[in-house]
Amino acid sequence: MSTIVYVVAYVALLVFIGAVARRAIKYLNNPVHLRWELYPVAHEGKGRDVYGGSYLEDVDWWKKPREVSMVNELKVMVPEILFLKAVWEHNRPLWYSTYAFHLGLYLASAFIALMIGGAIAQAAGAPPDAGALAILFVTIPSILGPVAFSLTILGSLLLLHRRLTNEAMRIYSSPGHFFNLALFIIAMGLALASWQTHDPTFSHLRGFLANLMTFQLAAFDNPLFAAQLLVAFGLLAYIPLTHMAHFFMKYFLYHDIRWGDESNAQGAYSARIATVLSYPVAWSAAHVKGTGKNWAEVATFNPTAEPAAKPAATKE
Amino acid sequence: MGKSRVHLRITDAAADTKQLSHVDAKDLMPIPLDWDEKEFTPIKDTTREELACILDDTTILPIPRPKNKKEEDELVEKFIKGMEKLFTPENNWTMYSQLITTMEHCAKCNTCSESCHIYEASGENEMYRPTYRSEVFRRVYKKYVKKEVLSGWRNGDIDLNWRTVARLGEMAYRCNLCRRCAQTCPIGADNGLIAREIRKIFSQELGIAPPELHEKGSMLQMKVGSSTGMSDLVVKDNIEFIDEDFSETTGFQFKTPWDVEGADILLIHNAGEILAWPENIAAFAIIFEKAGLSWTLSSEIAGYDSINYGVFYDDVQAARTAILHAKAAKKLGVKKIVLGECGHAHKALTVIADRVLPDELKIPRESCFPLLRDIVFSGKIKFDPSRNDFPVTLHDPCNLTRLMGIIKPQREVIQYLCPQFREMKHHGPHNYCCGGGSGFAIMSRGNIPEWRFKIAGRKKLEQILEAFADCRGENTRKYVCAPCSNCKGQIRDIFEHYNLFAGEKMIYAGLVELIVNAMADINPGFIKWEEAE
Repeated sequence: MSTIVYVVAYVALLVFIGAVARRAIKYLNNPVHLRWELYPVAHEGKGRDVYGGSYLEDVDWWKKPREVSMVNELKVMVPEILFLKAVWEHNRPLWYSTYAFHLGLYLASAFIALMIGGAIAQAAGAPPDAGALAILFVTIPSILGPVAFSLTILGSLLLLHRRLTNEAMRIYSSPGHFFNLALFIIAMGLALASWQTHDPTFSHLRGFLANLMTFQLAAFDNPLFAAQLLVAFGLLAYIPLTHMAHFFMKYFLYHDIRWGDESNAQGAYSARIATVLSYPVAWSAAHVKGTGKNWAEVATFNPTAEPAAKPAATKE
Repeated sequence: MGKSRVHLRITDAAADTKQLSHVDAKDLMPIPLDWDEKEFTPIKDTTREELACILDDTTILPIPRPKNKKEEDELVEKFIKGMEKLFTPENNWTMYSQLITTMEHCAKCNTCSESCHIYEASGENEMYRPTYRSEVFRRVYKKYVKKEVLSGWRNGDIDLNWRTVARLGEMAYRCNLCRRCAQTCPIGADNGLIAREIRKIFSQELGIAPPELHEKGSMLQMKVGSSTGMSDLVVKDNIEFIDEDFSETTGFQFKTPWDVEGADILLIHNAGEILAWPENIAAFAIIFEKAGLSWTLSSEIAGYDSINYGVFYDDVQAARTAILHAKAAKKLGVKKIVLGECGHAHKALTVIADRVLPDELKIPRESCFPLLRDIVFSGKIKFDPSRNDFPVTLHDPCNLTRLMGIIKPQREVIQYLCPQFREMKHHGPHNYCCGGGSGFAIMSRGNIPEWRFKIAGRKKLEQILEAFADCRGENTRKYVCAPCSNCKGQIRDIFEHYNLFAGEKMIYAGLVELIVNAMADINPGFIKWEEAE
């Protein structure tokens, strides 16, 4: 049984890393897109981030140095990530359930990070349950874990309730949505049960992670512990294959699209623009007249221009 | 009061029903005006026979109604072919990243719904929820184009037939593309974008677009130089008349310069202003001449009309128009293009064209508003703000504010020159669309205007009335500054429909009119209240 769990864990980790990398690389390999920014753009400097202004508010803006502020970005991103500010402002009834869910996942992530830290310490020969390390790797996770699992379950149940009872959300929900929420409830429920009955200090979990890192596949025989790991790793592999990949794709959606305001005035995009203008055009509408042409040719063609008169046939 | 939203499902988009939904006058969002809202004028039977009017109470996209099974299948096949092309980087490099991310990551939380003025004004009719069309489109994409395993289970099911296609096409024209919904999305998904992408399939693949945007819009502009139909000779003649007329009434002699090689500025107006609001054209000329600028207009094809309707429905047409504008500037060898008071032209040429123009056509492009601000505060012109001592509010064109971040320059001018300026409740990047955005302002076929007034423009009407809450009625003249041609067209029609010219003594115009009206050394009374009323 334990061997299967180890195999599933390795496969799940590979799937997770592979799926995340694939999505990110695929996005990064997309052709240059038209600018499609939305204001307020968080990184705008000169105080413009506050009222939603842009560098286009200056006469001869292309001659002036851009002022871009990473601090301004953080001032927007941190509350958005930590507190789901957009949902709070625009969909308050949903916020209570989705925030419980997301906060549960954030705490679960922190818990896992601490467990990995403890496992590294253990693998390195530093007992994580002794001395000062015990506070970080035993005491805190012992509290954090159950709180995170419970909060995620609560959030999932509230979201399930909302998707089922709020008509507007029910219309847009697929069976997949309900499955996803059920999966979180099962995964966190098993984790909670395993902690309660078998692993109150998470020493078994830490040991499993240490074994996973060092490829020492030591056997274990508690079925609840095994079930917890199987479902948790399954969930880990599943998330980046779904719309829940927004947990990292949001970076591109915000930074490359919503706030992607960089101008080509200084030629930063010229090479990429030249590339896309050489792409073939296959659109079929009559006015496009794209057959056999690329974007540069189509874009410089005037479909209303009179066709050039054919030269009169000459007799030999 | 049973609202139609209660029973609508995503799968209903494919249903064999006369129309998907109906908006009852009693369901419309209340407005602070004593007004008896009438029901929609029914679509004529002849129109229903000819066109696929199966969405709501109006028809905007003229999709020929299939006459038989073969034509029904053809419509579906062509649409799917177009969709397949839309999801290839080669054919849709312009929006591929935005489209894919929105398709894949929407959590269907409906956080965007409350931000949509059309959804709110319709009485929260499900059909107008920003996610409704996107969800139909997404399900079609996942099931029939991407062909995901277990698509129905993962994403929700949908049937694809000619009705689904026709309704998607029409639904794409029930959105102003203002992208207020996108602004609220916690993830960054963009339902406004989806509406535009559907429009592109219809135009670029099926050759179907509203005639106002295509035949009478971008195609006419490419043919004669302007969507107004004005050739270079006619436009010069009209401008000459404006010069003479306003030189006389203002007491300031000026002559608009044409085709000045090497000028600092090529000013491009929305040519609709020349015909509908000549005072705007005159005001620009007066300000630029008074400020001593080196500037010119161009008589090149499209060089005297900044409109770019392609940004509303067709990437190819958008690119072609932007290139014509750049070529006009290059031919004259001007230092930069300055865009007049037209929101979509601002975005098209400044932002969208930024990643369309090849290096050889690159020419600096900027908004008129920072320039106007600098002129007003330069000390070159003497102002008397007391000439503008009437209540003024400012409408923010979406393209200028939410989509370009030009917020402060026009405010600095208006705050300086208008003692009774007041903001609307939601303004700047958080404004509401006038309801004419994305091309609707120039559409008056059938009962389209009713849809524009009752639904699309309803929120703006409410905002305007609330901004003047302290001076309502016919005793106080009020001015809505709408520095965008399309917005002005929409606001003009709303004012007329709801009798605001006479009933509320309300007029609308741009920013430059306020500037000239406050100039101390021209004849007073540049703003003609009586004519407007």
